[in-house]
Amino acid sequence: MQKAILRSKNHITIISAILIISAFISKLGFENEEIAIIALIIASSLGVAPIAIQAYQALKVKVVSIDVLVTIAVIGAFIIRNFEESAIVTFLFLFGAFLEQRTLNKTRSAIRELTKMSPESALKQMENGEFEEVEIDEVDVGDILLVKTGAKIPVDGTVLTGEGHINEASITGEAVPVSKKKDSGVYAGTILENGTIQIIADRVGEDTTFGKIIELVEEAQDSKSEAERFIDRFSKYYTPAVLVLSFIVWIFSRDIELAITILVLGCPGALVIGVPVSNVAGIGNGARHGVLLKGSEVISDFSRLDTMVFDKTGTLTIGNPKVADKEIYADNVNEVLGYLASVEKESDHPLAKAVVEYIGDIKLYTVEKTDVVKGGGIVAHVEGHKVAVGNVALMEQENILLSEKARADIARFEKNGNSLVLTSVDGELKALMGIRDQIRPGVKDDLKKLKKLGVKNLVVLSGDNQGTVDLVARELGLTEAHGHMLPEDKATYIKELQEKGQIVAFVGDGVNDSPSLALAQIGIAMGNGTDVAIETSDVVLMNSDFSRLPHALGLTKATANNMLQNIIIAVGVVLVLLASVFFSEWMNMSIGMLVHEASILVVILNGMRLLRYKL
Amino acid sequence: MQKATIQLETLTCPSCMQKIENGVKSLDGVDKKSIKVLFNSSKVRVEYDDEKVSIKDIENAIDKLGYEVIKSQVKAL
Repeated sequence: MQKAILRSKNHITIISAILIISAFISKLGFENEEIAIIALIIASSLGVAPIAIQAYQALKVKVVSIDVLVTIAVIGAFIIRNFEESAIVTFLFLFGAFLEQRTLNKTRSAIRELTKMSPESALKQMENGEFEEVEIDEVDVGDILLVKTGAKIPVDGTVLTGEGHINEASITGEAVPVSKKKDSGVYAGTILENGTIQIIADRVGEDTTFGKIIELVEEAQDSKSEAERFIDRFSKYYTPAVLVLSFIVWIFSRDIELAITILVLGCPGALVIGVPVSNVAGIGNGARHGVLLKGSEVISDFSRLDTMVFDKTGTLTIGNPKVADKEIYADNVNEVLGYLASVEKESDHPLAKAVVEYIGDIKLYTVEKTDVVKGGGIVAHVEGHKVAVGNVALMEQENILLSEKARADIARFEKNGNSLVLTSVDGELKALMGIRDQIRPGVKDDLKKLKKLGVKNLVVLSGDNQGTVDLVARELGLTEAHGHMLPEDKATYIKELQEKGQIVAFVGDGVNDSPSLALAQIGIAMGNGTDVAIETSDVVLMNSDFSRLPHALGLTKATANNMLQNIIIAVGVVLVLLASVFFSEWMNMSIGMLVHEASILVVILNGMRLLRYKL
Repeated sequence: MQKATIQLETLTCPSCMQKIENGVKSLDGVDKKSIKVLFNSSKVRVEYDDEKVSIKDIENAIDKLGYEVIKSQVKAL
């Protein structure tokens, strides 16, 4: 019975609207007071039923909810035979709840769109070798699955056979299709745009990256910030307090009308819903733009950020050193480069790799008598020539004469922040290469935007030498740069900032910077290994995309502002209503309820603006 | 132990959460600390001992409070 009534709430709302309208027509049009009263009584009794049931259920678990206030108010109106008020108040309350549900669904739409992208079925290889369509729950790790063009990848897995292009927007926020072939990793929830592939399932269901993202977003939406917990506590006492206040008013004034009006006016409607609505809309917007915000605590901290600390390698820079400058002091360029590439092929030093990559396809020679000089480079014999590849110290050790020009070049290269690789053949310097890590494209603009959004200090910390770090800082316009820093030095630095009362965000690679990530109020991991990044970060940038950082910051600021606006609207409405009941003539229950429901809609609509937020 | 994710009809009032949480908590065999009622995604996540209580019992308890259960997913822990 209770359930049936609750379920037909929407029907009850419509019926009571019709009854109220007919009551007014019969009263004003036909001056038939009696039919009007009967219609209003039916409307109120019908309307109050679902509210009273909810009130009863709430009281059973010791919660004084808004339903309790409204139920008492309606019963009070009945006692003083004010059926008009009781009917209108119940109708407005139900209608408001209906609109609330509709609009709330809108604010949650961003997340729902995300969950809808979850795969539901898969083509699984059965024991007889045939592929059959099965429910996603029936897929286990190790199963072999077939994915056809246009289908969703059902699990996280590895390509066994076939090739194709996959749209990974659901994971990375990047809509450009990525090419996949044998041994490529694929993610659940991404879409195969062309080709056919067979994959083996590595992770299924909630363990997939996509499953984790969804779980995280869902939980983030419900996590509560300090402000929200305060409001929760507040409304826990506030609602009973309204009840007590109206009781006291009744005792002293013996005016039931006034007492029940206070009950309705005191409803904390917009206050309870205002903050969660901003939260949901903000987190929803982020999820759509490749930014996962882990809860409202993060939103509140991030929006008040003072200092952003960056790790250099792999964060501001690509983390993949490349040859940036070169000088050749020989005419037989191809031969020299061939010797150099042949020697460097022997080494797995990052600089050697950069050199080999830079030279590319070239005729290679047999290398003999390779001798690795620690902290210097390599000396070897190629085609009967003695070739030394390494730094300046190695050249000095090998007694190689550096010309005036070479010395000038070396100084210039070093000033540009390069690490040097010199090559000599038979005691003569032949080539000089400057290798440096490249700054991520677009980082400079992103940092400018962050500054514009009000971040006071942008700091880079790195294990590299001070010169290189200074150079990066100058090029990017950072406020501070510190080199020679071990992971624990970085953590200490962050602690010092925090002791000065600053709110600090740390952006690092998620592996060796974990102490700093954990210590900073906001940790942001850039590691491409999605798992680590998701788990250690407070703000997850999908696919480690640095350019999402300004959007993330702007969004949290907008969301925090939106919450504040909603709190002001909610509190303001209650104060104005309560004041007007004492100081004005026109205030009554129906108007109060109307204003309340309107204010609830206003805060929800205000929250919805966040869904469209763009930097 | 089993872990269940129960999808409910859209929840609209934050006080629903309290009701559902207390309702599920009162069942014997449910890990009280594991209960999470997610308001915005209208889901309940809970861990329970399947020798003492079944997923049907949990669904019924929620249903009796007036919230429709749309579907449940159960995973062994």
